[in-house]
Amino acid sequence: MSRPLATIVFLVLVIFVIILGFVAGRWKAGNLSHIEEWGLGGRRFGAWISWFLIGGDVYTAYTFIAIPALMYGAGALGFFALPYTVVCYPILYLVFPKLWKVSNKYGYITGPEFVRGRYGNRWLALAIGITGIAATMPYIALQLVGMQVVIGALGIPGHLPLIVAFVVLAAFTWTSGLRAPAMISIIKDLLIYITVLVTIVAIPISMGGFSNIFAHIPPAKLILPLPPKGSSGAYSGYATLALGSAMALFLYPHTTTGILSSAGPRIIKRNAALLPAYTIMLGLLALLGFMAFASGVEKLPQFSEGFARYKASYAVPALILNEFPDWFVGIAFAAIAIGALVPAAIMAIASANIFSRDFYAPFVCRKDSTSQMLAAKSFAMVMILGALVFIIAIPTKFAVQLQLLGGMWIIQTFPAIVFSLFTRFFNSWALLIGWFTGVVSATWLVTENSFGPTWTFHVFGYSVPSYIAIATVLLNALVAFALSIPLNSVANDQHRDETEIADYV
Amino acid sequence: MIRILFLAIFILALWVPAFNRVMPTLFGIPFFYWYQMLVVLISSVLIWIVYKVEDKKEPQQ
Repeated sequence: MSRPLATIVFLVLVIFVIILGFVAGRWKAGNLSHIEEWGLGGRRFGAWISWFLIGGDVYTAYTFIAIPALMYGAGALGFFALPYTVVCYPILYLVFPKLWKVSNKYGYITGPEFVRGRYGNRWLALAIGITGIAATMPYIALQLVGMQVVIGALGIPGHLPLIVAFVVLAAFTWTSGLRAPAMISIIKDLLIYITVLVTIVAIPISMGGFSNIFAHIPPAKLILPLPPKGSSGAYSGYATLALGSAMALFLYPHTTTGILSSAGPRIIKRNAALLPAYTIMLGLLALLGFMAFASGVEKLPQFSEGFARYKASYAVPALILNEFPDWFVGIAFAAIAIGALVPAAIMAIASANIFSRDFYAPFVCRKDSTSQMLAAKSFAMVMILGALVFIIAIPTKFAVQLQLLGGMWIIQTFPAIVFSLFTRFFNSWALLIGWFTGVVSATWLVTENSFGPTWTFHVFGYSVPSYIAIATVLLNALVAFALSIPLNSVANDQHRDETEIADYV
Repeated sequence: MIRILFLAIFILALWVPAFNRVMPTLFGIPFFYWYQMLVVLISSVLIWIVYKVEDKKEPQQ
């Protein structure tokens, strides 16, 4: 324990938040033995709580570590996180109030459940549910990386602190359900905002202003490279990366859960305008990556071990350790660690909702709601434990690659979930085949590309580097469209739609 | 049809050739960075306008 004061501040804040997590179950209490209460907070969260909850959901500890690390390593490309978390909000506004309305009317608590109601095809819903859980598992694991880095940076050795944190996380998820992360996210955001505002003011002052910081960045990293002749180069790579990530964002189980837990369409729409406040913060955080680069912390001997172990992820923690007094280091690191607990809890709950409603209920036990609840809670524990094993037993690099793949998979549920809110033209088997085509082609291209996210396509002699997720979801939609026409004439499933046209206006 | 404003958000945020440059800088920050931060504010205002206009039209819920 090389920094006692920082560690004490850190521990006090984290323990306070954990107690809050246990108390949260009583807040606006409902019947927590019912899954809509446990797994969706009773669909009662107002504008403010939704703002904090969805904010805690989208802007996670992993984001706070990974985006500055990407800026630190790759430069301007890492700033794609900004257009990404800008264009996701028109999508949120256009699509998800509709999902809320229909889900509220029929009692759906997950995206796949809506699809099953819409098409009466439990296999399509199963495919979408599996996609969600597969994409979420590495994501939870990566939240732990953020935590691991700050715990390591405080000089606390071993896996024990991480294990303790996760056992506690599992315990309050079990007792309080979605109310726990909702309440904790408020504290988390206060700490994050304090940290970001202080660092973004103090560090440029101590480093002689922004112009001095940017003067240290090599020109090749400062802006995107100009595209060569006959190619759209880094431009289309950057734009498709932002657009594809934005299309995928609200299809993740944890973000869908965050949206469905709000009290109504108006709250979702208002939040689409208010959530960009977090994007500003993310932009400032991204610039911390450049500040860490300019300050040259990597060359200081006391940080060499940290950089060797955590690579670029260590850049921002090292910068904070180097620039600030210990008590502030404690606050900043607590913000990151708590920023991991919030989304990890929501992810576990969201996966549990899917397991219970889309695997257990339709395939194992249709009626008994007590056993469905128990199935959900147990599966939340499996997700948390799984993530823990994942991060301790498997190299981080592997988790990062799986998370990248997860993004490519989750976007393949776009046609089935998003298109279905606007039209009932598609046939459920065609959507299933489209999904399969998308998942297989994306996985193949990503592995072929040794886990780089963009692939250069050649269109009429012109090279267009594109985020693989965008290209493959396009293929997915084309397949689903083309097959729907013949399939609708031989195996029409329109009559299995339990929803009405009036639900979608 | 006020939703046409959303189209502006997509163009402002994703048309990379328009903002991939260093000059002019603002407080020493290259254009590439401060422009994209500015787009966040603009899009937030545009979404708020769409919300207000549509909310007035249908006062149910």
